[in-house]
Amino acid sequence: MLEQLTDRLTGVIKSLRGQSRLSDSNIQEALREVRIALLEADVALPVVKTFIDEVRQEAIGQSVLTSLTPGQVLVGIVHQALTRLMGEKNEALDLATQPPAVILMAGLQGSGKTTTSGKLAKWLKEQQRKKVLLVSCDVYRPAAIEQLHVLAQTLEVDWFPSDLSQAPSAIARAALDHARRHYHDVLIVDTAGRLAIDEAMMHEIQQLHAALHPIETLFVVDAMQGQDAVNTARAFGEALPLTGVILTKLDGDARGGAALSVRHVTQKPVKFIGVGEKLTGLEAFHPERMASRILGMGDVLSLIEEAHRTVDRVEAEKLAQKIKKGQGFDLEDFKTQLQQMKKAGGIGAMMDKLPAQLTRGMAVNQAVDERSLNRIEGIINAMTPTERRHPDLLKASRKRRVATGAGVSVQEVNRLLGQFEQMQKMMKMLSKGGLGKMMRGMKGMIPGLH
Amino acid sequence: MFGFLKKSPSPTADVVPSGWIGRLSAGLRKSRQRLAAGVGGIFARKLDDAWFESLEEALIEADVGVKTSAHLILQLRQQARGQRLEHAQDLKPLLKQALVELLQPLEKPLEVTTHSPHIILFVGVNGAGKTTTIGKLAQHLIQQGHSVLLAAGDTFRAAAVAQLVSWGERNQVPVITQEKGDSAAVLFDAIAAAKARGIQVVLADTAGRLPTQLHLMEEIRKVKRVVQKADASAPHDILLVLDANTGQNALAQVRAFDDALQLTGLVITKLDGTARGGVLAAIAGERPVPIRFVGVGEALEDLQRFGAQEFVDALVE
Ligand SMILES: Nc1nc2c(ncn2[C@@H]2O[C@H](COP(=O)(O)OP(=O)(O)O)[C@@H](O)[C@H]2O)c(=O)[nH]1
Ligand SMILES: [Mg+2]
Repeated sequence: MLEQLTDRLTGVIKSLRGQSRLSDSNIQEALREVRIALLEADVALPVVKTFIDEVRQEAIGQSVLTSLTPGQVLVGIVHQALTRLMGEKNEALDLATQPPAVILMAGLQGSGKTTTSGKLAKWLKEQQRKKVLLVSCDVYRPAAIEQLHVLAQTLEVDWFPSDLSQAPSAIARAALDHARRHYHDVLIVDTAGRLAIDEAMMHEIQQLHAALHPIETLFVVDAMQGQDAVNTARAFGEALPLTGVILTKLDGDARGGAALSVRHVTQKPVKFIGVGEKLTGLEAFHPERMASRILGMGDVLSLIEEAHRTVDRVEAEKLAQKIKKGQGFDLEDFKTQLQQMKKAGGIGAMMDKLPAQLTRGMAVNQAVDERSLNRIEGIINAMTPTERRHPDLLKASRKRRVATGAGVSVQEVNRLLGQFEQMQKMMKMLSKGGLGKMMRGMKGMIPGLH
Repeated sequence: MFGFLKKSPSPTADVVPSGWIGRLSAGLRKSRQRLAAGVGGIFARKLDDAWFESLEEALIEADVGVKTSAHLILQLRQQARGQRLEHAQDLKPLLKQALVELLQPLEKPLEVTTHSPHIILFVGVNGAGKTTTIGKLAQHLIQQGHSVLLAAGDTFRAAAVAQLVSWGERNQVPVITQEKGDSAAVLFDAIAAAKARGIQVVLADTAGRLPTQLHLMEEIRKVKRVVQKADASAPHDILLVLDANTGQNALAQVRAFDDALQLTGLVITKLDGTARGGVLAAIAGERPVPIRFVGVGEALEDLQRFGAQEFVDALVE
């Protein structure tokens, strides 16, 4: 699915090449593709429609800077609009009230309320140094109360007992009273999962809200949810004065369009995301990243982070310095680059993380990838250090020697030298134009990358 | 839109109105009511391009997905042209027929083999409804005269064992648990226990996992291998439990779990809600794994065999 989306956006760009101003007619086709991309990411249809209309309004008439293609401009506008819709910046939990600050959890069955209650308790305890009390008002699902109890024990957080014979609002009142008397900073109230159309259950959670006066009422949403997200969000938003959203199971591969649907309908910020079933798996929400994810733009950020981790930083810096000083990029540097590329998981792994607009038209042959990298390294190894620094020294007889030494044909040595020459040019581009230019320049330069 | 009262899902307050079929249609009626404004509403209109666009939108809103919707629309357009149809109303039976044709092949009820014990492994993402489905299926099988044993193979989630034990108590069937130890060990134990007691069906719970968690996908493959070791013909069924609320990711789930385990069936839960489960049409096109059951609530009797016609009626009415 990711591939489909990136292909689509690549198509969007292609179809708009060489036009200097965005107009209703030249973005028509492109916006249709964006619409499909959003729908495939499970953004609800009414939300998609509103969004596309807004983007159209914004895009028409915009001129295209010479350094960008019209497609890039449009994708930029889409991405910005999406980020804006997602909330621009992360919004923190609001606990500014006379303690105990009550947090009420609400959502459908199986959306992850109980696990998230545990994660939130851990976060409040460790990151905010709060004294937390956990209580479950789920008197329906078997062992739901016990589940929260076990989590509380694991976290060494206080837990208020409840049982199946009690009414949820009675449990809530007793827990609140207990929290007051024991000076808890925060009371987290877990509730049963409920369907938006279940009037009795929706009434029940309204009563809980009335009894608790929570400062935060968080709607817990499964990132895999489909089109119905708008309906459930509307129903929960109408029944309860929601203050925020938590998006769970984002460690999966769902594009998470529900985030946009829910945000659009409730107008409430996503405050956290859940990643992983471990209790540490709660993270701040980054609207910009979510927008990229929904659009299938590839996680450029994670690529950059990973590159930082894997690539030898000293080497990278040396190279950067060299390029800046205008010194030549030689075969020794080329070899270092190849080694680092191998460390980072090969070209394929790198390409996967790049947005479609950077890698358009490139396909990676994984099998060729690893093998060719090794061969190139072999050829460079067969050269003397002086030859590596000054490749122009490599004339016929030297080439023959290198070929024999590396166990390859002279043609292959020639091909490498050709590729290297292009690589040198590309490095110059990199010093001027950044990553995007470089990736485009790389096309056809490295074996296995077409 | 939400103008009817649903019973409280409290297990103690269970009232069975008219058996499973009644329950299912009660659950699905909600979908019907809601869709009357969507798919149903548009059939009163004139047949033109705008109409086909509205139909496509209605299908997409039911989670059928862009690709499958486009495919269905194309088929209907051709039929409309071929048969010179002018009224949208005439296309309604054709749409239903196309959907039924897509889904009918998946309508295969679960068959308990004579091999004893018949071992059924339940897999799926977190919160899909695996444990609840086991509780409901146990009741279903008991009513068909089978003896049943539950295996508490979710050794990860807090109190998962307690949850299954509670369903065991409701059904009055044994539950095999272990204080410590992994899923594979629990299942191995459970199979031995079933053999020793002459029990016919083992329902094996497992922890929720996302297809992206490769170590957990590897773990579930290991569980399958261990079950095979305990009984060469087992597991006799591997059912993926899917939440009807899931959007297009459901397809990715079916693909991943099928690739890892060779699924024998699907269970679609939470069809008593407002989600329409239209992604099943996409699944039918791409990975036609039989749909064994649908879940329509949280009580013991809220499990029903999947019927393509009934499902489509609910979707399109
Ligand atoms: N409304 C409704 N809720 C369901 C259905 N099946 C399961 N659930 C609920 O979904 C939640 C998760 O179910 P559970 O069995 O614990 O999921 P598991 O994590 O896959 O084992 C629980 O609150 C169940 O009561 C269904 O068919 N309808
Ligand atoms: Mg479970």
